[in-house]
Amino acid sequence: MSDTPVIDTVGLSKVYATGDTPVVALADVTLQVHRGEFVAVVGASGSGKSTFMNLIGLLDRPSHGVLRLDGVDVARLTSNQRAMVRNHKVGFVFQGFNLLRRTSAMENVELPLLYAGVGARARAQAAATALTQVGLGERMGHMPNQLSGGQQQRVAIARALVNQPALLLADEPTGNLDSTTTREILKLFVDLNVNHGITVVMVTHEQDVAAVSRRVVQFKDGHVVMDGPPPETWTPAVEVPWRAAKVQGAA
Amino acid sequence: MSLFTLLRLAFRVIARNKARAMLTVLGIVIGVAAVIAMVALGTGAQQNIAKQIASLGSNLIILIPGTTNVAGVRGGGGSSTTVDVDDIEALRREVKSISLIAPANRQQVQIVAGDANWGTTVQGTTPAFYTVRDWGVENGAPHSDLDEASMNKVCVLGKTVATELFGTDDPVDKWVRIKKVPFRVIGVLVAKGQSPMGTDQDDTVLIPFSVYRQRMAGTQRDQIQAAYAAAIDANSAQAAVDDMTAVLRQRHHLRESAEDDFSIRNLADIAAASREVSESMTLLLGSIAGVSLLVGGIGIMNTMLVSVTERTREIGIRMAVGAKARDILVQFLVEAVVLSAIGGAIGVAFGWWVARLLSDTTGWVTVFDPGIAALAFAVSGAVGVFFGFWPARRAARLDPIDALRYE
Repeated sequence: MSDTPVIDTVGLSKVYATGDTPVVALADVTLQVHRGEFVAVVGASGSGKSTFMNLIGLLDRPSHGVLRLDGVDVARLTSNQRAMVRNHKVGFVFQGFNLLRRTSAMENVELPLLYAGVGARARAQAAATALTQVGLGERMGHMPNQLSGGQQQRVAIARALVNQPALLLADEPTGNLDSTTTREILKLFVDLNVNHGITVVMVTHEQDVAAVSRRVVQFKDGHVVMDGPPPETWTPAVEVPWRAAKVQGAA
Repeated sequence: MSLFTLLRLAFRVIARNKARAMLTVLGIVIGVAAVIAMVALGTGAQQNIAKQIASLGSNLIILIPGTTNVAGVRGGGGSSTTVDVDDIEALRREVKSISLIAPANRQQVQIVAGDANWGTTVQGTTPAFYTVRDWGVENGAPHSDLDEASMNKVCVLGKTVATELFGTDDPVDKWVRIKKVPFRVIGVLVAKGQSPMGTDQDDTVLIPFSVYRQRMAGTQRDQIQAAYAAAIDANSAQAAVDDMTAVLRQRHHLRESAEDDFSIRNLADIAAASREVSESMTLLLGSIAGVSLLVGGIGIMNTMLVSVTERTREIGIRMAVGAKARDILVQFLVEAVVLSAIGGAIGVAFGWWVARLLSDTTGWVTVFDPGIAALAFAVSGAVGVFFGFWPARRAARLDPIDALRYE
């Protein structure tokens, strides 16, 4: 069971039927992501990388192809079943944080547990643990507008992790952050991946962010054009164990 | 999600926009208040009428002779002389579905006591009258069969007459003169108040029927102007009417095709008719008020639609972290119901206050019916479900990806 891929796609496609000519956003993508991987998805805008993320995050439905999440075929589930998979197997981190306004950090983190039917006491406990894990143990009662951008993104990460999902999906998680905060968030992702074994798939268009990952998948015009470890020439934004020597060399 | 969590969430969202919530529920408040106040008024009027009808006597049946028809000119009810004392005697003997029957002939007289006098109606009737009309004597005693038999010149005064002639003095054993005949006062009737027709029932004097025939009736000694009968119980009132009709038709030798030359009315029918009138009045007032409840519901729908649009992104976030369509539906539905229930609760209190104010300022009787209040409150909740459903379904049907991208 341990070698069951977290993400397994065969000929995954998404075609939008807008206007006269259908637009192919994703064409025939066959890809596997295994447990414990840290994948950066890169590509120009319109390359299909966001569509790919929305498909594997079950926010959107594929037009063709097979999509298995953690061994479960999710391409043809009802919307209720999709909601349950989103709830149990996937944690989302967005560029714009997407926290509920005027709702405390604690309650934002509790949200997935609320829909999982977890009782109030267990919810509070799990949310506190998740917030402590992302370094926000002191600010659980704060509202999003009382937190900095980096702190808001940490709340979002805690929310993504609270249900102990198989997969952490991050869509441009550092897009709205300055370079210092970007490094903090990336360190957090590396820590989660290395020390907690969490599988991370992260969309980015920044080379130094992508270089932090263990594997880069590049999209172009709906196809995967490159799949492998980040090129030696890319300098990671933060120190990573699997490229420690390189960073030291660069410094 | 537990109901408690849902309610807490709904109250929090509503509290964030108090002004809007207040304006939204205003329609419901007015609607429920109007229903409560209108029904309180209607029920009050209904009780008033019921009380007045009950004051006529229980199981009461009224017999009056038919109309005269002289060369096509028809007199009013009771104007003819088709019913006589023998008819009453026959009815008493033969109709088993009535327990009592009392003739009551009347005329306008001037009654004199010392130097006071008063114009009133004297009624010649038998002791059965007191029972049939359910009319007690509060001071002294009613006249008896012995008074009838011995033609004793005694009288029982209505409350109004007693007050007009004797003020606060006790009239019992005092003497009055009616048409120059001296009568000894033996009792005073319990005050009965207005009849359903608005006449003062206490403005009357009762004397023995035998005395009336001899001293007051002149040449029309045998004619009956009206008779009151009591059915043996409320259920046999209609049977009693039918039996009495049969006996009288036979005695009057009426053919199959001929109309009755008398009229018998059953008080239960009269009561039912007037109850029906006041009930449909209440229903009418209530439904007019219900229309404003409907308008209030549309207000809620409008606010909920705006709310769904404003919170599209929130809906997207909730869906992304695992909310099912049903979770979103229930969340918005609970919000709509909480809104309308708040309106309903305020409306019940407000309507009760308006009803109180109305009865204090106008003197109308209002009856606050807790059942109606509960119903109006429940209806306001139902209005929330009904008018909240469409906006909530719109929210639930959003596509997560579109909702998340919504700016």
